[in-house]
Amino acid sequence: MIFSLAIYAAPYTSQASDSAYRFALALLENGHTLYRVFFYQDGVHTASSLNTPPQDEIHFTHNWQALAQQHNIDLIVCIAAALKRGLLNKQEASRYDKPAFNLAEGFEISGLGQLVDAAVISDRLITFGG
Amino acid sequence: MNQTPSKKILFISRHAPYGTSLAKDALDAVLSSSAYDQQLSLLFMDDGVFQLLKNQASGEIAHKSFSSLLPVLPLYEINSIYVHYESLKKRQITINELVLDSVQIIDSSAICSLLAQQDQLLSF
Repeated sequence: MIFSLAIYAAPYTSQASDSAYRFALALLENGHTLYRVFFYQDGVHTASSLNTPPQDEIHFTHNWQALAQQHNIDLIVCIAAALKRGLLNKQEASRYDKPAFNLAEGFEISGLGQLVDAAVISDRLITFGG
Repeated sequence: MNQTPSKKILFISRHAPYGTSLAKDALDAVLSSSAYDQQLSLLFMDDGVFQLLKNQASGEIAHKSFSSLLPVLPLYEINSIYVHYESLKKRQITINELVLDSVQIIDSSAICSLLAQQDQLLSF
């Protein structure tokens, strides 16, 4: 079965962020496909390359990067939600004349259309947070 | 976007218009989705029914008013709009107080069958 996840929750603030990651692991272990993870609302903070949790805590950014690389998963960050929260890639930083960008490698900034596309392509779209 | 047969997608908006961004994010998601040729519908329930009230003076808190945002839905061809009857009743909101006049008021049992018809649910 093809799954996609929509994550609205910020990392570390609510359990939903961790539950989403664990759900992803479980579905992959059970032989399903994870087509896309769409980060919306505060979920976009997951994609910051500047996230620096203490060493004995979960590193969500690294975890998603590793999982995406291993299983060829789309990690999409909603552009409208990202820009207003200060999460920019190189292109957007230059467009808005900002001194830095912080989108972590493996994540991609795109529009809400990618959420609809995930709903259409996937058999199941599961929302975490909100 | 791949050429897949269109799906039935229901957006469920369950939160008050201001205080959190959920209501606005739901509306943005619905409007963005309208460009993708899917069978979209929208359900307001729980505190989400407050979004439908007329004459919201949200300028005081520097927010766009849902009273003026929601009437754009038909322009985006979002015409299947449902409102949960029990949620209205519990909050003593009458149909005359709603900013949209083309909504369908449905009760809890009708919501069960509405949900069962969908391919995907997006809850906000």
